[in-house]
Order: sequence, then C-alpha cells, then structure tokens
Amino acid sequence: MDKMPAWADAVLVPLFSIILAAILSALVILAIGESPVDAFKLMVDGALMRSAGWGYTLYYATNFIFTGLAVSVAFHASLFNIGGEGQAMLGGLGTALVCLFIPWPHWSLAILGSAMAAAAFGALWALIPAYLQAKRGSHIVITTIMFNYIAASLLNYVLVNVLRPTGSMEPSTAVFPEATHLPTFRDMFSTADTILFRGAPANVSFFLALIACVVVWLLLWRSKLGYEIRAFGFSESAARYAGIRPVRITIIAMMISGALAGMMAVNATQGEAERLILNGTEGAGFIGIAVALMGRNHPIGVLLAAILFGFLYQGGAELALWTNIPRELITVIQALVILFTGALDNMVRMPLERLFLSLRKKEA
Amino acid sequence: MDFITFIQLLDSTVRSATPLLLACLAGLFSERAGIFDIGLEGKMLAAAFFSAAIAALTGSALMGLGAGILAALSLSLIHGVASINFRGNQLISGVAINFLASGMTVLVAQHLFSQGGRTPTLEGNARFEPITLPFADALADVPYLGPIYSELISGHAILVYVAMLTVPLTWWVLYRTRFGLRLRAVGEAPEAVDTAGVSVVRMRFAAVLICGVLCGIAGAYLAMGLQASFTKEMTANRGYIALAALIFAKWRPWYALGACLLFGFLFAIETRFQNIDIAGFILPVQFVQALPYILTVVVLAGFVGKAIPPRAGGQPYVKER
Amino acid sequence: MEQSTAPAIELKGISKAFGPVQANKNISIRVMPGTIHGIIGENGAGKSTLMSILYGFYKADAGEVFIHGKKTEIPDSQAAISAGIGMVFQHFKLVQNFTVLENVILGAEDGPMLNTSLSKARGVLKKLAQEYELNVDPEELIENLSVGHQQRVEILKALYRQADILILDEPTGVLTPAEADHLFRILDNLRAEGKTIILITHKLREIMEITDTVSVMRRGEMTATVKTAETSPEQLAELMVGRKVLLHVAKEAANPGDKVLEVENLRVVDEDKVERLKGVSLNVRAGEILGIAGVAGNGQSELLEVLGGMIPATGTVRVNGQEIDLTGKNSDGQSRRARGIAHVPEDRQHEGLIMEFAAWENVAFGYHHEAKYQSGILMNNAAIKADTAAKMERFDVRPPNPKLKARNFSGGNQQKIVVAREIERNPDILLVGQPTRGVDIGAIEFIHKQIVALRDAGKAVLLVSVELDEIFSLSDRIVVMFDGQIMGERDPATTNEKELGLLMAGITDTSNAQMEAKQNG
Repeated sequence: MDKMPAWADAVLVPLFSIILAAILSALVILAIGESPVDAFKLMVDGALMRSAGWGYTLYYATNFIFTGLAVSVAFHASLFNIGGEGQAMLGGLGTALVCLFIPWPHWSLAILGSAMAAAAFGALWALIPAYLQAKRGSHIVITTIMFNYIAASLLNYVLVNVLRPTGSMEPSTAVFPEATHLPTFRDMFSTADTILFRGAPANVSFFLALIACVVVWLLLWRSKLGYEIRAFGFSESAARYAGIRPVRITIIAMMISGALAGMMAVNATQGEAERLILNGTEGAGFIGIAVALMGRNHPIGVLLAAILFGFLYQGGAELALWTNIPRELITVIQALVILFTGALDNMVRMPLERLFLSLRKKEA
Repeated sequence: MDFITFIQLLDSTVRSATPLLLACLAGLFSERAGIFDIGLEGKMLAAAFFSAAIAALTGSALMGLGAGILAALSLSLIHGVASINFRGNQLISGVAINFLASGMTVLVAQHLFSQGGRTPTLEGNARFEPITLPFADALADVPYLGPIYSELISGHAILVYVAMLTVPLTWWVLYRTRFGLRLRAVGEAPEAVDTAGVSVVRMRFAAVLICGVLCGIAGAYLAMGLQASFTKEMTANRGYIALAALIFAKWRPWYALGACLLFGFLFAIETRFQNIDIAGFILPVQFVQALPYILTVVVLAGFVGKAIPPRAGGQPYVKER
Repeated sequence: MEQSTAPAIELKGISKAFGPVQANKNISIRVMPGTIHGIIGENGAGKSTLMSILYGFYKADAGEVFIHGKKTEIPDSQAAISAGIGMVFQHFKLVQNFTVLENVILGAEDGPMLNTSLSKARGVLKKLAQEYELNVDPEELIENLSVGHQQRVEILKALYRQADILILDEPTGVLTPAEADHLFRILDNLRAEGKTIILITHKLREIMEITDTVSVMRRGEMTATVKTAETSPEQLAELMVGRKVLLHVAKEAANPGDKVLEVENLRVVDEDKVERLKGVSLNVRAGEILGIAGVAGNGQSELLEVLGGMIPATGTVRVNGQEIDLTGKNSDGQSRRARGIAHVPEDRQHEGLIMEFAAWENVAFGYHHEAKYQSGILMNNAAIKADTAAKMERFDVRPPNPKLKARNFSGGNQQKIVVAREIERNPDILLVGQPTRGVDIGAIEFIHKQIVALRDAGKAVLLVSVELDEIFSLSDRIVVMFDGQIMGERDPATTNEKELGLLMAGITDTSNAQMEAKQNG
C-alpha cells in the first residue's frame, strides 16, 4: 500500500512547501527591515486588485506556463532541462525572423507562423544538448546551462551585427509590422464604456498557453509517445526491454521541451515587445523550473503555479517600485520553492506520511 | 605576440584559473564522496558577496575571508541536509542554492549599501593585495627567466598560492590518508563503507563541508583579490565551468589543475582581446566571449576522452540488505 | 568458564515490522560456539531481516540479543563489528576500483595514515590465507577478481576485524559447485578454529552437507530448530512451506515439431570490451522447453537480452526460418514482439515492469503499439483497463485492481502480471528468465503450469534459470552455459545434478585437469 493517498501527495506536499517558502520569505523581508504584511498587501494590490494588475500577472503567467510545461515534459523523461532560457531566446529569434520577413496579412496567421518558428528554433537549440546526452552521455544539466550563455552571445551577435536597423544604436530589431501585432486583453475585453486591462501586456497568447496545457496533457497521458516518455523516465532499463529507444525518446522529449520554451517568445517577443531585444526572456526559463516542481509536472499544476509566479513577479515589480525591496526577492522565493518542492520534498512528505499512517492505524 | 605579452597572458591565466581551481577542487571533494554539486556557482557568489561586505564594513580582508567561508558553508549545509539527510534530488538542490545566492546577495547588498546590489570598492587591507616574492624586482631584468619569475610567479594575492598548494594537498588527503580512502569509498560504494562500520552520513557531510570551505575561498578571491568589490552575478558561470573542468579532469586533483589553467587561459584571451583576427578571418567578440562555454560543451561531449564518474554519484544512500 | 557454556549468539523474542508487514515475529534462537548453524526458509520468510537486525542495519521492534551470554545492543554496524560479528552479504559490499587490501582495511585502519595500515594488513592477510585456504592477491583490484574470490575478500574483511561470529547470507547463489565446495572447506576450517558460523540459505542440500543445527523460518516465524543429523530434507522442506511440496511439475512427454528458433555463433561484446557471448549456437523446436543451466553471470542474461532485442550482437538468429536483425533498426524489442517473440525478463522490477506505473499501464508495456489499444491517434486506456481486469482474473492476481501501482503488489503477483502479459500474446517463442525468483511457492506452481501449457500448445520455450531444480522440473532438453559458451547438452531424464554442476564450472572431460589447476591457483 502507498503510505498516503495520491491526492495528498499531489496537493498537500506542494501546499506545505509553499507555506514554508512563504514563512521564510517573510522572515527575509523582516530581516531587511520591511514589513511582510505591508509587502504582501502591496503585492496583492498591484497584481490582483485591478484588471491592469491581472493583465500583468497573466502576461507573466503565460511565459511561465510555456517554460513550466517545457521543464515538465523533460522531467517526465527524467531529463533536467535548465536550458529553457536559451531555448526561449532562440524562440525569440525565430519569431523575429518570421514576423520581420514574411508579409503577414493578419495577426491570426502571423501567430501561427511565429509559434511554429519559435517552437522550431527552441527545439533545435535543445537538440544539441539532447543529442550529446543521448549519444555521448554529456551531462544535460551542464550542457543546457552552457547553451543558455551561448544563446545569449549568439543573440547579441545577431542583434548587434545583423538585425539591427541601420542608424539605431540599440541592440534590437526593428519593430515588427503592424499586421503581426497581437490583440491584447484590452483589445479583447474592453467595451466602449469600460476599459479593462489598461496598459497591460497580457495578450491572446495566453490562450495559446492554455491550449498548450491541454496538448501536453494529451501527449503525456493519452498518447503512445507520452507513454514511452514516462516509461523511459521511470526506468531506462525497462524502456529498453519494451523496445522504447532511449536515444529517440531523449531527443524527442528534449525537442518538445525546447519547442515549448521557445513558444514563450510568441507572448514576450511578438505579443509584448513587438521586436526582438536582448534579454527579453527575463529569467522566465529558470522560473519554469520552480513552476514545474510546484505543479508536480502536471499541466493543471503548472497552470496554477504559473499564475502564482505571475502574481509574485508582478507583485515583486510593485514592491521594487514603491519600497526598498529589490526584485531579487522573487528570485529568493523562487529558490525556496524549488528547494522545498524539489529537494527537501521528503522533509515535508515524511511527517505527512507518518500522519496518514497513524490515521489509518486508528481506522483499522 | 611578443614574449612579454605572452607572459602577461599567462599571468592573467593564473589569476582567472584560481577561482576555477578552488571551485573545481571543492566539487572534487563533494563528488568523490558521491554528492553532485551544481551549487558551486551559488556558494561562490554568496562567499564573494559576504566576504566583500564584511571586508568593506570591517576593513579587514581576513574577516572578509572568514565571512565568505561561513556563507558558503551555510549553503553547503543546506545542500547536505537536502541531499544526505532527506535524500533529495541533488541537482535540484544545487539549482535552488544558486538562485538563493543570486537573490539573497542582491537583497542584502541593497539593504546594507543601497548601491544597486554592489558593495563599495574595497581598498587597502580590505583587499588581498598582490604579494611580491623575494628578489622579484631584482631579477626582473634577467632575460626570459626574470619576467617569468617577477611577472608570472610573483605578484599574486596570497589566495592564488593557497589555491595552487591545495592541489598537492588534495592529492595527499585523497590517496594517502584514512580520510581519503573512506571519502573515495563512500562515492564508489557507500554500502561498503556503511557495513565496515563507518557512517556514510558523516563522511558525506565532511566532504560537503570541505567543498563549502573551498568555495568560500574561491568567492573571497573573486571579490577581494581578482576584483575589488562585489557586483551582481559576478561569478559569471565559473561554478559551472569548474564542474566541466572537474569532468575533464576525471575527478583527479592534478588533472584539475591542468583543466582549470586551460579554462583560465580562455578567460585571459577573452579579457585581453576583443575581435580575434586569424589569418584575415575575424572572430567576433561575441564568439570569443562564448568560447569558454563552447569549450565546456566540447569537453562534456567527451571528444577529449571518456570520463567515468564516481559510481554512487548523485544517488542518495539507502540501506539495503 | 561461563564463556564455554554460553551460546555465542542468543536471540530472544525478536520482532520487526515494516509498516503493515510483520517480517519477524517473536524469534528466539541459540547458537553454540564452534558450530555451524543453518537458517533455512523461502524467499521473504524473514531470514535476511533477522540477520540485518543482528548486523545493526535495522532496529528490532522488540527482543534482546546476547553475545557470549552478554546482553548486547546493536544500533549500527560498528557495534556489530565490535561485538565480533562479521557478515558476508548476498550482494558483496566491496569497492570495485579499490584493491583487496584497501577493501580489507576500509573502516578498520590503524591511524590516520594509510601506509601503516596497508603494510600491517599485508602481513595479516598472508597469515589468514595460509590458515584458512583464503588465497587472493592483496594488490589486485576487486573488479578483476572472480565472484568466488570476491567472496573470499568479504570473509577476509570479517576475519581482519577479528570476527568470531560469521554470518553468510545465501553465499552459494553466485558460485559454481566447485567454488561452493571450496567455500565449505573454508567454513570447516573456521569451525575447527572455534568460530561460530550462521549460514542463511534456501538450499536444503547445503544445510544437510555442512551445518550442525538448523532453524526453519516461515512467514516471519521460526517454525523449528533441530539437529541436522536428526532431520531429513523432506522434513525440512515441509517445515519451510507448511505443507508437502511437489518438487516436480506434472507434465507429459514433449512432442517437438519444427525448429522455431535457430541461433548460430552469437557473440556479444559489452561496453567494457569484454566478450560476454563467445559464439553461442542452439535451437528450440515448437512444443519443447529448452532449459539453460548455469551460474549467474555466464552469458545467459545476455543471450536473453539479445533475443529480446535489448542489446545488439553479431551472428545469426532465425525465427521460423527467417533471419532477424541483430544490430540495425529492427533489432529493438518492438521488432522482436512483431516476430512472435515474447519475453519474461530476469529482472521484473527493473525490466519487466515500471514499478511506478499502474497495473493496467504495465499490461500494455511493450505492446502499447497494438491496434486494439488505440483509438485514433490516442491510446484507448479503457480498453487496456478492461483487458487488465480480465487478465488479473484469469491469472488470479491479487488484489485484482488494475489501478494499483506495480510496486504495491507482492513479488509473486508482479510476476503473474508479467507472465500474463507475455503468455496471453500467444507467442511463437517465449523467452523466460528466472521465472520464479522471489516468488512464493503457490505462484511458482501456477507459473510453471502456464509455461508447460504454452509448450503443450506447440510453442517454443527458452528457459533460463539458476535454480537447477527448476531447470530439471521444466526442461525437455538442458544446455549448460559457462563463460559465454555452451558447454554441452544433456537429457534431463539421464543426467544428474553432479554432471551439470561440473559443466557449470566449465569442466568438460578434456578441460578437467586444466580447470582444477586454475581453481586451486
């Protein structure tokens, strides 16, 4: 028998982990001489109380859904993809090329083209570390980290030397043509009388992210490929027995992962910046790790965790604006969430298991 | 390139290699004991900040070094508790530690100094100044040997020499002492150590703590020797490159020295040159910047020999019959 | 004087539970010094748990341990060692890339410097080698030693720590009969020197051959302790399983048909460039069971893995007269299944099942591409679940819950899931490795019957087992493997265990003298 029911493992462990992370974060805020209660109020105020706040929260959440799903898919194959950041940068490049050089008649077509390009570029950037892991046993964690930096250098080169419009001093591409601009939540949900989501960057890609959640769920739990990915992730020797080829699964899982990370660019590059800039990913690739761990690598969990981190991100920006608490507080919270949900999960789980065991004994 | 330029390049190589070497040996202790440590980066970063901060506040480089070591040690402790006591995922723990260091350093820096996540510039005793070895000035004019001695060997911060001496020391500890025998055994076959009546937990903790001390020295050197203040993310991936060097070195101390000098050389080239002109073909600056990372991937791809990691590496030890 | 009369080891009322499972129930035992005491019982009877408690691996829930009449607490291995207990585990606890010497001194060093410890150990080892026939080169790396020699290192480790009580857990499982004989000579010498030995085994023959007294364990309880001289194998067997056991499967004579599987000159070289199969040739006909006997690690596993599509090989393999791909694109498990080969692998926990998958997901494992499990581009999970429920009923899998994870089933029920999945595909060829390892008696009978039924349906069965009893009771023909080669074929009706034992040690008539020399060198 399992020591505790599956729902408890899926819900209680992340819940207690986030509570622990929250308590420690509050202590950190206290230690730097601010009030955690005020800080929390400010975050809620700025991120959730107005539609514009939600517009930012959901914009960030969109990024994190993509990167969180990316990390999750790789995790299911027992691969730790820390390269989401680099894959998202390359996805940005793909999006930029498609938006700049193809004369799209309408945004609805442009989003399809750019999503495919972003996915393809992200997937290709994940292909090399995947191949090296599968064929040469190179540690994918370190190679993907290195590829983040190589991607940054590559992007720097392309923006400075190739795609920068003549005369511009800024390392960025030209603004994408009007027809590729995606409708924002303001465009979609405002009526003549009430303007909602004023100035907020949330856009139609949020729905693309929701679709991605459903597709990933179908892929992992309803398709042969997902079955093979999960089997391989649990046991490589058993996968080999069943005729599931490790090299193939490693490469495919990583490419799917890279594609998802890359698609973040549809939201950040095409939807928000409307041009390709340096560091447009803003660390979303890394937050994907925390999101995946908290969401227990399940699309629904990822969705919820992404919204939570969207809130933290937007709230953190508010804090940095109005108080002396820098944005890096979010990095600390992110670190604590990763620590408690990913590495110290047994610390949370063991007491819970003991609790359920004693409950069961009482029943018996 | 003339001789003096070349010597200067090597001199810069030694300085760049020092933090790599310390981090690499730190990783060596940890991984030889079976604990993967991807958190070298974070430990160095935390050490760099806390050493610079305390040095700035007290004016003493030694106090700074102590603070740096303590900071790295406390992160080591977290890693130890997560991966040894609670049998957590060592990679994830390491990643968490890196983010924790990355966020906390800026947070505390902003709180203490309000300079956008930096510390004030360190001066005088708050830094590890270069040491001039005996006769360095007198011998400087001797052709060839003079510059080698006065430029390359002399004139480094004390921590550079400490790092170099750590190499033979590590070798000696690992292969000539009881502690080393047990340490290597616990990374290869913890069950053998356990059934021999030696505590696996204690051995692994010892290794993880040594790793912390060395990372602490590495970070302190970064902020107080190589540079004169802490800046955001100043470790710039050295922790990861040290891991690659460790794999390249096949987890052996002397090889680690060689691997770190090689990566140090690339850093030296990167700082010294912008675009590199090879027979009319110009390598862009971005490529030169990416060179250490590209080389790391090449090293990891095993195009330079297959490395066999410690057998029990990365796996928590669970008693089995 | 009390020393000579008090038992070397006395356990009183030891109990240990793992969650809801009671591994040891109120166990008491007395072993006199200078004797060999056997503990016999089925897999999962609680023998190893009991010994792990004695070696400080687990803490008993209740009970007391007395060593030479003195109550002793054993919270960890260190305490066991100080109490003079040495243990030779079934899976050796050696550092593979250390020398023999380094392994011996590990944890028992003299002082912080290695040199002094090493030179001292060199002398002690030499003495022990002469005294007890424990010859091993102290400077050799463990990974270069044979299994038999590795086991000697384990015994040396215990003796170096001055153990006077030695526990051996299933020591002969990995040894050839000749190596086992040598081990028993060593144990004899140790007994003569006054050491106390506890031998844990499930092999009746060994108990009868060497022990002075024997205890029988069943389902966590000690059912009897008797003098070996006053008992018989039949009585012990009955005590072990709680009822009379049929050691032989009732089956009709085989009715072999065409050659279904033909293997010629099969060779496998592993990652370390070691040749694991050195030109194996054999064939299996429809309607017969070919048994492959041999000590574990002599190439049988690789043979199954090649045929099952898990590793590449060179040579020729024909299935129903058609050659199959051994290295290329069509050499994986999927292609093998498509050719009518089903495979019950040796290691169900790491190969045959995904322990974290539900039973129903495991029933599709390896067959997840089959049309009946698909609906459109997605998998038809409902169909798989229905199929699983039906299989569970037919094979009496308990509990019959398709949603339960594989790891929550007992060993026997896990194996039934694997066997059900493979046999019900109605394959032309069934590969079976260690079909009853870690499986309780009831399930063993059931699984054996299924295998024989498949044979009677005219299918070819290739059986690999390290249990000679199993080989004898199922096979229609027996081949013996040693060192990656086939040593010979025998008819189960006319051969005996001794003859097979010699073959398993690599001794054919011609190589007899040679091998003897090697064994003693």
